[in-house]
Amino acid sequence: MLGYTLKRLIHFIPVVIGITVITFLVMHLSPGKPTDAVTDMNAKITQEAKLRLAALYGLDRPWYVQYFNWIKRLSALDFGNSFKDGRPAIKKILERLPATLLLNFLSLGLILAVALPIGIYSAIRHRTFFDKAMTVFVFIGFSMPTFWLALLLMILFGLKMGLLPISGLHSLNYAEMNLLGKTIDLARHLALPVLITGFTGLAGLSRYSRSSMLEVIKQDYIKTAYAKGLPESAVILKHAARNALLPVVTILGLSLPSMIGGGFIFETIFAYPGMGRLGYEAIMSRDYPVIMAVGTIAAVLTLLGNLLADLTYTWADPRIRYK
Amino acid sequence: MKNKLFFFAVLPLIGFLSCSKTGDYSKIKAAGEPEHGDVYVASSIGDASYLNPILATDSASGDINGLVYNGLVKYDKDINVAPSLAESWKISKDGLKITFYLRKGVKWHDGRPFTADDVEFTFRKLVDPDVRTPYGSDYMLVKNFRVIDRHTVEITYKEPFAPAIESWMMGILPKHVFRRGDFNSNPANRSPVGTGPFRFREWKTDEKIVLEANPDYFEGRPYIDRYYYRIIPDQAVQFLELRNQSIDEMGLTPDQWKAYPEFFRAYNKFRYPSFSYTYLAFNLKKPLFADKRFRQAIAHAIDKKEIIDGVLLGMGRPATGPYPPSSWAYDDAVKDHAYDPEKAEKILTGLGWSRRGKDDILKKDGKPLEFTVITNQGNKLRSLTAEILQAQLRKVGIKINIRIIEWSSFIHQFVDKKNFDAIILGWSLSRDPDQYLIWHSGQTGEGQYNFISYSNGEIDKLLIEGRRTFDVKKRKNIYNKVHRILAGDIPYVFLYYPESLPVIHKRFIGPEVAPAGLGWNFHKWWVSKSNQKYVLERY
Repeated sequence: MLGYTLKRLIHFIPVVIGITVITFLVMHLSPGKPTDAVTDMNAKITQEAKLRLAALYGLDRPWYVQYFNWIKRLSALDFGNSFKDGRPAIKKILERLPATLLLNFLSLGLILAVALPIGIYSAIRHRTFFDKAMTVFVFIGFSMPTFWLALLLMILFGLKMGLLPISGLHSLNYAEMNLLGKTIDLARHLALPVLITGFTGLAGLSRYSRSSMLEVIKQDYIKTAYAKGLPESAVILKHAARNALLPVVTILGLSLPSMIGGGFIFETIFAYPGMGRLGYEAIMSRDYPVIMAVGTIAAVLTLLGNLLADLTYTWADPRIRYK
Repeated sequence: MKNKLFFFAVLPLIGFLSCSKTGDYSKIKAAGEPEHGDVYVASSIGDASYLNPILATDSASGDINGLVYNGLVKYDKDINVAPSLAESWKISKDGLKITFYLRKGVKWHDGRPFTADDVEFTFRKLVDPDVRTPYGSDYMLVKNFRVIDRHTVEITYKEPFAPAIESWMMGILPKHVFRRGDFNSNPANRSPVGTGPFRFREWKTDEKIVLEANPDYFEGRPYIDRYYYRIIPDQAVQFLELRNQSIDEMGLTPDQWKAYPEFFRAYNKFRYPSFSYTYLAFNLKKPLFADKRFRQAIAHAIDKKEIIDGVLLGMGRPATGPYPPSSWAYDDAVKDHAYDPEKAEKILTGLGWSRRGKDDILKKDGKPLEFTVITNQGNKLRSLTAEILQAQLRKVGIKINIRIIEWSSFIHQFVDKKNFDAIILGWSLSRDPDQYLIWHSGQTGEGQYNFISYSNGEIDKLLIEGRRTFDVKKRKNIYNKVHRILAGDIPYVFLYYPESLPVIHKRFIGPEVAPAGLGWNFHKWWVSKSNQKYVLERY
């Protein structure tokens, strides 16, 4: 087991390097460079000033030299400084991570709390009205454009009813509140984002758990359990659900990178200071160090997520063994 | 107003819920003595980058830097150069030497005195090759910078350079704060110490920037106690926040401005021409466009009024030349090329083009009269303009194709390489009318701004003369002439001057539109005690 994990971790190294080379290359192939947003079509800035600025950022050298310098810095765990505001890229990421994690964990919690019961109950009440109604319900959520729903709910709860703030994460006077006030303030700001990500994210997990539950309850050992005279709740929760939820573990492992990823459109709508906006804005302004930092961290997390999913499998299902 | 929001209050929740939405602002009178207090909540699409005026280039940073820092001089409401950190200044007869006499007794926000050393420090950083500033060009012309005493600096130029005065509107940095550490990544770039009307208090990345009134401001303490700058990246949401009265100011788009009046019950609406224009530029290297008569025909075939009505819902003015109406360089005597499709067609016929064939397009030697207009992606106003132009020119028998290209390939592969027939683009202008970089025939290299390859000896001469002349009256004559010649020569078809369309919450007394825009007297805005929305308890 330990040997297997080590082997997998060593395999990560060439994969991560490959991913960074490709990201770096693609980034440099796209037209434009970081200093353009500052200097293009700004009649106050002469051509000489443009070239001088590009040279100061080392952008006048060929891409492979720039890549080599980047990887050299990375070996000391330095992701470099953002071209936009001169601050360390890693600091910019760490600054937004808490907000993104907070939102994503809350909405994942909501999804788990709602989607699993929906899925399990839909399976044991297969083809009933409840099953069909839930199918419609989760697919409405799945196909709903998030930004549109967000705007409508903002108008309803924020503007018309005045119950919730429209956007942002904190009130203007947050710093001056006491602890209770702060908690309430955060909760009010998070209510809509969590509700909406939860609602639009229900479909996947509830459908997965429904279909795997359907498989499981047809199995002989479930019949046996019923035959033994166990109550339905014990059969479903202890015998069926434990087996049915195996694939869910995989999905959770694979969702690790999206936990820190954050959604650009969503964060923009809610003026939410998260990772999605950081990544998107870095791409639009060709902020190479930040793009590379976000990309590398996402790649590592995806690989770790895969490994984690595989490892939790052995824990959840004793039949599976890795060598 | 019965309910007030108490900052520092124990029950902020209730405070926010009861934050007055129903206030009656119709009876506000601008009379009486100004009163202190209240908070101003501004909003922006993007976050700031550097709170350091010599490194920042984005408008969000500019908004904050403008309140925290001062230049040696500034523009007053009528766009005249006025004293700021410099009490007065003297320009030598030959225009080579500018002496600034600095205001005495000015203090930095941390209490240290402001002196000539700070000015010198700022200058040295602007020309330092290791400093990541794009603004160096204007200061490279300085031959010698001399601190005469604590409150006097003398700057000698290599050649007379009139825009130099405007260049000293650059915010002056505190030498003692930047003394230690690297300049480009100095912590002070995120917690600035200036001399301006507002002091920096807090910056929460991508959320808000908070400033507070500077009690020692040399032009008097601002009446508004605190300034919040909220980052709201989506315009639709920003508009919802406005309707909710949770922001006090917003720049609107024409369609927002024309929305239901009840949205703006608590706001005053303003409109004034912005310092910019949108144009259709021709590649004068191409034989088709090199002929002035052809450009004239196009100018007569374009109905600018229809474009303004269609694109800006009427919130703009037809442009006649490279200076907006609020600039002193604008020449109101310049007559625009009237919309006259018949005249346009007559000119084209005179050039040998004639309508033949079923498609009704003008042809010469069997070749149709057709060219491509390119513009950048992501600017709806420009692509709409292109479509209206297409229909208008089609009426006189010219076929134009439209291509919309992502910004950086647009600039680097088409504009910089002069690989285009015609483009639609806009210029945002500085208040100083010097446009040497845009029109001088020596500025046609790759990456320079005369990308249409315009060359006119008289314009070249005037542009240089304008840079060497300090007398405003003489400069006005020079630039009026530039305006007139360019209007007649049609290197661009100057399409329209868009308008700025801000709204400001009604409780603020003092906003006044002037040629300089709206915020020129911001530190004098105030709210009467009975109308104050936010109360700072411990103030």
